[in-house]
Amino acid sequence: MEWANQLCENRQFGSKMTDSKYFTTTKKGEIFELKAELNSDKKEKKKEAVKKVIASMTVGKDVSALFPDVVNCMQTDNLELKKLVYLYLMNYAKSQPDMAIMAVNTFVKDCEDANPLIRALAVRTMGCIRVDKITEYLCEPLRKCLKDEDPYVRKTAAVCVAKLHDINAQLVEDQGFLDTLKDLISDSNPMVVANAVAALSEIAESHPNSNLLDLNPQSINKLLTALNECTEWGQIFILDCLANYTPRDDRESQSICERVTPRLSHANSAVVLSAVKVLMKFMEMLPKDLDYYSTLLKKLAPPLVTLLSAEPELQYVALRNINLIVQKRPEILKHEMKVFFVKYNDPIYVKLEKLDIMIRLASQANIAQVLAELKEYATEVDVDFVRKAVRAIGRCAIKVEQSAERCVSTLLDLIQTKVNYVVQEAIVVIKDIFRKYPNKYESVIATLCENLDSLDEPEARAAMIWIVGEYAERIDNADELLESFLEGFHDESTQVQLQLLTAIVKLFLKKPTETQELVQQVLSLATQDSDNPDLRDRGYIYWRLLSTDPVAAKEVVLAEKPLISEETDLIEPTLLEELICHIGTLASVYHKPPSAFVEGSRGVMHKRLPARTGSGESTESPDVGTAAGGSAPEAAPSIIPSQGDLLGDLLNLDMAPPTTSGPPPPTTGMQMGGMDLLGGGLDSLMGDESEPLGGDIGGSPAMGAGFGAAPAVMPASLNAPVGGGLGDLFDLGGVGMPMGAYIPPKIVWLPAMKAKGLEISGTFARRAGVIQMELILTNKAMSVMTDFAIQFNRNSFGLAPAGPLQVLTPLGPNQTIEVSLPLSTVGPVMKMDPLNNLQVAVKNNIDVFYFSCQYPISMLFVEDGKMERQVFLATWKDIPNDNESQFQIKDCHLNSDAASSKLQGSNIFTIAKRTVEGQDMLYMSIKLSNGIWVLAELRVQAGNSNYTISLKCRAPEVSQCVFQCYEAVLKN
Amino acid sequence: MIGGLFIYNHKGEVLISRVYRDDIGRNAVDAFRVNVIHARQQVRSPVTNIARTSFFHVKRSNIWLAAVTKQNVNAAMVFEFLYKMCDVMTAYFGKISEENIKNNFVLIYELLDEILDFGYPQNSETGALKTFITQTGIKSQSKEEQSQITSQVTGQIGWRREGIKYRRNELFLDVLESVNLLMSPQGQVLSAHVSGRVVMKSYLSGMPECKFGMNDKIVIDKQGKGGGNGCQSIAIDDCTFHQCVRLSKFDAERSISFIPPDGECELMRYRTTKDIILPFRVIPLVREVGRTKLEVKVVIKSNFKPSLLAQKIEVRIPTPLNTSGVQVICMKGKAKYKASENAIVWKIKRMAGMKESQISAEIELLPTNDKKKWARPPISMNFEVPFAPSGLKVRYLKVFEPKLNYSDHDVIKWVRYIGRSGIYETRC
Repeated sequence: MEWANQLCENRQFGSKMTDSKYFTTTKKGEIFELKAELNSDKKEKKKEAVKKVIASMTVGKDVSALFPDVVNCMQTDNLELKKLVYLYLMNYAKSQPDMAIMAVNTFVKDCEDANPLIRALAVRTMGCIRVDKITEYLCEPLRKCLKDEDPYVRKTAAVCVAKLHDINAQLVEDQGFLDTLKDLISDSNPMVVANAVAALSEIAESHPNSNLLDLNPQSINKLLTALNECTEWGQIFILDCLANYTPRDDRESQSICERVTPRLSHANSAVVLSAVKVLMKFMEMLPKDLDYYSTLLKKLAPPLVTLLSAEPELQYVALRNINLIVQKRPEILKHEMKVFFVKYNDPIYVKLEKLDIMIRLASQANIAQVLAELKEYATEVDVDFVRKAVRAIGRCAIKVEQSAERCVSTLLDLIQTKVNYVVQEAIVVIKDIFRKYPNKYESVIATLCENLDSLDEPEARAAMIWIVGEYAERIDNADELLESFLEGFHDESTQVQLQLLTAIVKLFLKKPTETQELVQQVLSLATQDSDNPDLRDRGYIYWRLLSTDPVAAKEVVLAEKPLISEETDLIEPTLLEELICHIGTLASVYHKPPSAFVEGSRGVMHKRLPARTGSGESTESPDVGTAAGGSAPEAAPSIIPSQGDLLGDLLNLDMAPPTTSGPPPPTTGMQMGGMDLLGGGLDSLMGDESEPLGGDIGGSPAMGAGFGAAPAVMPASLNAPVGGGLGDLFDLGGVGMPMGAYIPPKIVWLPAMKAKGLEISGTFARRAGVIQMELILTNKAMSVMTDFAIQFNRNSFGLAPAGPLQVLTPLGPNQTIEVSLPLSTVGPVMKMDPLNNLQVAVKNNIDVFYFSCQYPISMLFVEDGKMERQVFLATWKDIPNDNESQFQIKDCHLNSDAASSKLQGSNIFTIAKRTVEGQDMLYMSIKLSNGIWVLAELRVQAGNSNYTISLKCRAPEVSQCVFQCYEAVLKN
Repeated sequence: MIGGLFIYNHKGEVLISRVYRDDIGRNAVDAFRVNVIHARQQVRSPVTNIARTSFFHVKRSNIWLAAVTKQNVNAAMVFEFLYKMCDVMTAYFGKISEENIKNNFVLIYELLDEILDFGYPQNSETGALKTFITQTGIKSQSKEEQSQITSQVTGQIGWRREGIKYRRNELFLDVLESVNLLMSPQGQVLSAHVSGRVVMKSYLSGMPECKFGMNDKIVIDKQGKGGGNGCQSIAIDDCTFHQCVRLSKFDAERSISFIPPDGECELMRYRTTKDIILPFRVIPLVREVGRTKLEVKVVIKSNFKPSLLAQKIEVRIPTPLNTSGVQVICMKGKAKYKASENAIVWKIKRMAGMKESQISAEIELLPTNDKKKWARPPISMNFEVPFAPSGLKVRYLKVFEPKLNYSDHDVIKWVRYIGRSGIYETRC
């Protein structure tokens, strides 16, 4: 058979064309020549010229000067030429808005053309022209196209609504396009349905609270029918949309699952993964004893395995997702270990992911095979891969007790190879093995000590020091070994310094006679010569402990350590739930919530898995909105707070044993309000933003669970008394629709007089958990301003720009630009007066300017600031009365419910309400971004427009600012 | 959704740049070049995040295709789309190379405009696209033709147009399998699987309804009789189908029914792991004689019917980096030491079933002071055999075309089985 026939034909076809010549014209005066050619009478010449223009455009040359000439070529019956002109228009219309109007007429005319291909082309291109003046003219043609008789035009128009919405959302709403779009979901043509679903889903994402995608059993049924008939891409749009739906009960859930499962055999991996997402989500609602449940579990495994025979890039996406699925439901793939064995030719990114999954699947049944494989991998070439393989051996030892002995001997073999990075990695994992099986494998210490000199990585050095300190009594020359590290104390990383301090204290407690000098030395190094607060604090604690009560010191420092658990680096359960809802998407590839990498309001909405409910019961829909999602932390019973603790333990316990057996000194501050303003701030900084500090030792228990800015992270103490919390959470859902956060009006911060013509006005806002500084820059000078940059002085809450100031285009005279600058709270801290004062420096090509402004403290109120009732009570009693301050708010005419819902918009959460003699008492909690809690009692008397408010906080300095916020929020 | 799509040559010069979303600026083009194409290190991931912008890339020969986005897109879909895009381009102008892309840039822009709208993939079946994106200038289509095009592009059967006629109705089925093996030095099978494809090339008139049957264990067992007709059934772990196959019908009755696209298509992909016929067995023996010499002996045994012939057999025996000289003796075929590939390559043109052949080599090594041991990469094998190692057999392919008057018997059908080596490795 001649399979290659067609290929040859195509080659000939290709060689006839010689468009590449357009890429090579780089003469001077080129634009001029092109202009002449564009205005030529000959059609062929015109077309050639447009091609040249497009080629120049592609390689990044500016050909915008030719705008009028190119647009003149638009009126043509040559479809190819028309498409080229449209392509040009899409690129340059924005820079030439006035001229772009010239094109409107042609668009309007083309939308009436007899040929549906031309009608669709016009409507498709129209939407890509982002010029405000034009958009209005396009509404009528679009409206017609949405009702066109030809499905090809309708499906194109559906997408065009999304485009228009991106340019001018208000216009789309006013013109009623959203309703027309909704109608298209019932269209007879499956592709129109699919595109309408895609467009609606996208629009709905930027309006998290709207009921745009009104999914109900009828519309779901329509989607499921279209699913069978539309293109592979359409199936993906529909499945991704289905995943946002929450079925009413387990029966509906099962029937949807039944209709989705056939998609698992689709050749397109994305269809398969999206189907897996729907099934994983809806499966949550099925009772586990149901036969169908186990059938479904069995059906999921083969398609997941098949994904591994796709191209490597898709394999990578699949593996990242399988990693999540294995953590959520290990039973699905437990028998499929072999398919994750690494192939010699796999790209490195596939290898690393496979290895990760292998460890997760390792069990007593397959451990022999896994170990043999891992040993094989440890001899490969790629350093990262080898390291991970070595680490994996250690993890196997911890996970499967029966294999521990073999793992240890394998590790010893590897240490004998003397390959530097293998040895270091092996020592790090052996330390964990010691933690898991104390007093079992200490015989290997001698071998480890032989390699002391070759360790140059902090983690390995710290691990080795820990081992020496922990087993000081069995190592004859422990003091010499530790002393040798002490020489370069200040050059070591913090991790090593902390570890060395602890190890020497341990040594001293074990052999006090010979090591007194050593301990003196390290304590003075840590407390006097170091500017690292963690190190200093720990040094002082030890010092005092040792000097006041050596017996107690011994009990604390040498206390028995809790065992480490077997699973490390599990994804925190709430995050895992969210990621399961994002299977197939970038979030699942990065293992981060969308809010961590998507700008603006899109994707900030947190998705959750549905709760299990029987028929008849109703479930809270997961997409009700941000505020509700944020304020009702994890009612689902499947989340076990203790696991977070364990995780925290694992990450810092094993590196800092003494601090964990007693109450850990550096962490006490963060739990409730902080001892003082700055201390509290610093500690919670570490808890909330653990990523950059992840390797450090002195962190807080929440550190392990922390994940960038993941809002799911709660201090461990909050999760502890969950007891009756469930009920509370739900009855509060009825408080009312939360309104948006209060945003003060913009005021001028920097008058043009003072800044050589640059005027800056602005305000602050908190949008979907992100603090933003919204600036308007106006150039009132004669010359162009460029190179803008911004910097903050140290301030009370560590506010700092989270990114550069995005002023991309130069600011011309009399031009104004609106910029919003996301802020983080991880900057350096210094107490300011007033507390909410912020000093800002703005630089441009002319000079540097300074101004100061005050931000409403309400933008620091975080979304998880809702306290448990019991905790609230206890805390209220616990805070001394001296810290209470009372204020009056005058002339406020809201009733207590309205006030409460208004306040909730700014993350001031009502915990409880009590009515005594016609007076409503609202109890509220607020959490600041640095972990300080503020408790409030608001008294509202019917018929009296004056409110009384009492604030209690461990850092009373903030009360005044908080009161100002109450006033601002309630009166606006 | 996809915010933009760029194509670069190996130097990082941009050949095609199409931006779909406003949030993607021209600087994204440069960001990818600087951070990925010109990166010093080997690429560690096909997805890269640079300044909150995500880049997905695939490489075809030395051409980079990159999709860019700022949103939380469906990552699997983006890669599927990039592959599809490569398929479409190949179908239009052959190999994806810098020259071909430059030669066809207008066509590529036209295609990109059609198959990606505001970053949403649209119908990308080449069959349908070729009806209206032609690059041969405008054809003045009649009204009927126009609406036929649009209904095909958006219709339920987007992959086939109406009114196809052939004088001779003919179809070809190829069962193409690749057999993968990882074996320990002791001859223990660590993992083995077959991934197979059923490729169909059809020249059928009208809108033919087809039904495909094979010796799937589940179907045979359901029919109950089994065994009597001597047809061995096989257990299929999993299979996926071309979008023309009615998946709900397969899910319910396990029958494979469809209206095929005209010409060639990949009807089905499948995977089996049970009862695989491993066509070859490799028995390695490596002995280190002192620090400067290695002795290698490799025996291969063919394991299939003596009447069948395997072809294009190639055994690749890796050698250490510090090899200075190699002497090879083989009973059959030709063997050569290729220094540039660090391997001894042994080629045999043909070999019948149930035979055995052997090669022995002496490898001289330069003394080195490298502490790290040689990693001993596995011995790999390539071959082609005229049967399906999974045991899959086509039982029938019935064609019904109710409107035209030809019946199943009038269709000429051809079936061919080819088994190839996938990753077929034995550790030594």
